[in-house]
Amino acid sequence: MANGTIAVPKKAAEVDFYHVRTKHKGIMAWLLTTDHKRIGLMYLSAMSVFFLAAMTIGVLMRLEMLTPGETIMSAQTYNSFFTLHGVIMIFLFIIPGVPAVFGNFMLPIQLGAKDVQFPKLNLMSWYLYMIGGGLAIFSLFIGSGIADTGWTFYAPYSIRTTTNVSISVFAAFILGFSSILTGLNFLTTIHRLRCPGMTWFRMPLFVWSVYATSWIQVLATPIIGITLLLVILERAFGIGVFDPALGGDPLLYQHLFWIYSHPAVYIMILPAMGVVSEIIPTFAKKPIFGYVPIAISSLAIALVGYLVWGHHMFSSGISDTSRVIFSLLTFFVALPSGIKVFNWVATLYKGSIEMTAPMLFTMLFIFIFSIGGLTGLTLGALNTDLHLTDTYYVVAHFHYVMFGGMGLIFFASIHYWFPKMFGKMYNEKVAKVTAYWIAIGFNTLYFPMFIMGYMGMPRRYYDYLPEYQIYHIISTVGSWILVSGILVMAFNLINGIRKGKKCTEDNPWGGTTLEWTVPSPPPLENFDEIPTVTAGPYDHTHIHKQDRQEVSN
Amino acid sequence: MSYNSDTADQEIHEVHIHRDDFGSKMGMWLFLFTEVLLFGGLFILYASYRFIYADAFVVAAGELDVFMGAINTVILLTSSLTVVLAIVALQKSNKKLSLFFLWVTVFCGLIFLVNKYFEWGAKFHHGIYPKGPALQDMSEGEVMYFGLYYVMTGLHGLHIVVGLAFIGFVMWQIKKDVITATNFQKLENSGLYWHLVDIIWIFLFPLFYLIH
Amino acid sequence: MSNHNSDHSSHSEHSENDDGHIAVAHHPSYGINVLVWIGLLSLTSITVAVAGIDLGSLALTVALIIATVKTMFVINFFMHLKFDNKVFKIFVGVCMLIFIIVLILTFFDLTFRY
Repeated sequence: MANGTIAVPKKAAEVDFYHVRTKHKGIMAWLLTTDHKRIGLMYLSAMSVFFLAAMTIGVLMRLEMLTPGETIMSAQTYNSFFTLHGVIMIFLFIIPGVPAVFGNFMLPIQLGAKDVQFPKLNLMSWYLYMIGGGLAIFSLFIGSGIADTGWTFYAPYSIRTTTNVSISVFAAFILGFSSILTGLNFLTTIHRLRCPGMTWFRMPLFVWSVYATSWIQVLATPIIGITLLLVILERAFGIGVFDPALGGDPLLYQHLFWIYSHPAVYIMILPAMGVVSEIIPTFAKKPIFGYVPIAISSLAIALVGYLVWGHHMFSSGISDTSRVIFSLLTFFVALPSGIKVFNWVATLYKGSIEMTAPMLFTMLFIFIFSIGGLTGLTLGALNTDLHLTDTYYVVAHFHYVMFGGMGLIFFASIHYWFPKMFGKMYNEKVAKVTAYWIAIGFNTLYFPMFIMGYMGMPRRYYDYLPEYQIYHIISTVGSWILVSGILVMAFNLINGIRKGKKCTEDNPWGGTTLEWTVPSPPPLENFDEIPTVTAGPYDHTHIHKQDRQEVSN
Repeated sequence: MSYNSDTADQEIHEVHIHRDDFGSKMGMWLFLFTEVLLFGGLFILYASYRFIYADAFVVAAGELDVFMGAINTVILLTSSLTVVLAIVALQKSNKKLSLFFLWVTVFCGLIFLVNKYFEWGAKFHHGIYPKGPALQDMSEGEVMYFGLYYVMTGLHGLHIVVGLAFIGFVMWQIKKDVITATNFQKLENSGLYWHLVDIIWIFLFPLFYLIH
Repeated sequence: MSNHNSDHSSHSEHSENDDGHIAVAHHPSYGINVLVWIGLLSLTSITVAVAGIDLGSLALTVALIIATVKTMFVINFFMHLKFDNKVFKIFVGVCMLIFIIVLILTFFDLTFRY
């Protein structure tokens, strides 16, 4: 136990990665680093800025919806805002969120590796991410204004509009490239850098979920890459492949777009599900129930995710045959997701549950995500979808699965791995209060949208009929609650980093995976000596035995 | 090169040096898959429009010169062969022969691009290009055909350029003895990339030139 | 040649045990690659020749089959997949599977729409 005390001279390997001497100094030690932990933190800081920006836009949009007619912005501004909100949230936060931050930081440690397989490529992914993000922001300030197409860039409107679609689309293309390289890196890392004894079915479930995610990143992202390039080429040269005026079929744009973007939904949610499978056994003090089914269901979700993209196009005019097939296949996605939820709940059964802040976020996730998942089934059914498509019901559904799913787990992950990442602790009481605060705000904001949507309120309109106003008011008030909760949470975390009490224990939560065996924060190359694994990832008896040995010694 | 294969994993203290040829090959293969699916999106579009405009595609393909296409196929297949031969030569420690084969590959690649330039040039000359005078008089199916023709052969040509740069870089490293008979993974990776570009052409050729 | 093949299979078993950090020279000799190349050239002339015959709707199928056979040659010999670790074969299979699934599902729309 040589941690923390300054008096004890440390060996090079025991200096944590913040303080270790590297080739470059100061800010360059970060900008030129190939250390997966630093890169993960760089993603975290960039992502926080993008998230706050898109959140602000979201709040302004909600404010516009407070009263019918123009409240604070014009219709054109509103169009640009929902496009920008979607592009930033999806391409800069939700898709890269968990894998780029926590995958980068934790995945090599969980595998018992010193870094990812291609550390330089990893840094390059971060730069591509920043360039893509920069371009998306840059498109605000030049030419004829922000794209007003929505984040989906549907042709033929995206080909015709005079706004800056080309730049936004190119930004998304670069972000896709960044995503591909991250996925490729993780896949090779998982195949090549597992420590001795770390067989496939001894890998933590977070690793399994990132593995499945990485396959989607590698095998789906190129399709949207080429589709977005085609939009740029259409705009620049008038090639015509999506332009109905020239004989193109705009539905093919939608096909190609969703061939990526539906699997991308699983890029967003799978890593979050992986984190849940880490947090629950830790705080239930019990091995996870059904390890193999959860691991396999991650792969199954990844595969089935390729089969269902057509459900985004039910009302677009695709053939009836394909609508029936896609609707049927959509219901199959519920199976592997159901397996996961059942296994999580079964893990809690007879567990010795400790309701810490990360666990609380996770429980709220299960509740909120279940609402999101079940309302997805009504949208996957053909007949109800025709009634609900392009209404606020859809908006509510995807915020429940995306924000309630990935977003809440992103918050849970920060709280869970906070002591490991920073060697400090946040204020636990405040963290728990913000968890409830966020959950209340979240449901106040999005639940009325289900009702409005069911009544027929269309999405992406800046104006509405007076009978919807009461729901819009509730929803807007909800946005204030939610945002204040997030801000307090952010303040609590930043405060924790700056002057939180030291947490230098290796394993403050009693976790069983390898990241809890290294010092907090970990040294530069994580392990003094590459560990050898002899048991599965959630073996609590093993942890207890170690404790007892330490005591008896 | 004082590489001792028994201690392949030896670590140098400050910097994490870790040579893993197998992993590097795996990374390359995964990257190739992204290329396959990048073109895959275009092949899906091609299949769709060929299905919708079957007759127009036959008419439009008449504009293409089968002989030129066939010559380019032979050139690319040959360049693929010489890359493999370069790897074999290097593994037999024949550096000079290896470089010679790679020069042949580069030469073939350049010839391919020159041919492509003349093919595109001829079409432009006849006004067959997006928004071009001749193309505007053609049917919708033909417009789709040429739209896809330009995008797919153009993107393929771009990959030839990237492949040539990659091979050029590898040649430079062979010259400097960075890539050697015992450390040839980069050469193999550049070969994998070049073969993929070849495979894509193997499909583009019959799909665009051989429709009657 | 048979000598070579047995070498390869034993090597790939080793790489299963994470022994593949340093790649070992294992490409077949010049001869086999030249033979593959001759095969590829003949397939090219066959596909050009067949295109001259009016096969109707079969023409596309034949052209694609020949292209696939050529691809198999390139992947297995030039790209060395035949002699490589099993994991790469699975990878290629997964990639092809996904592409074919996506193509088929797209055509469930197109065939019944046009």
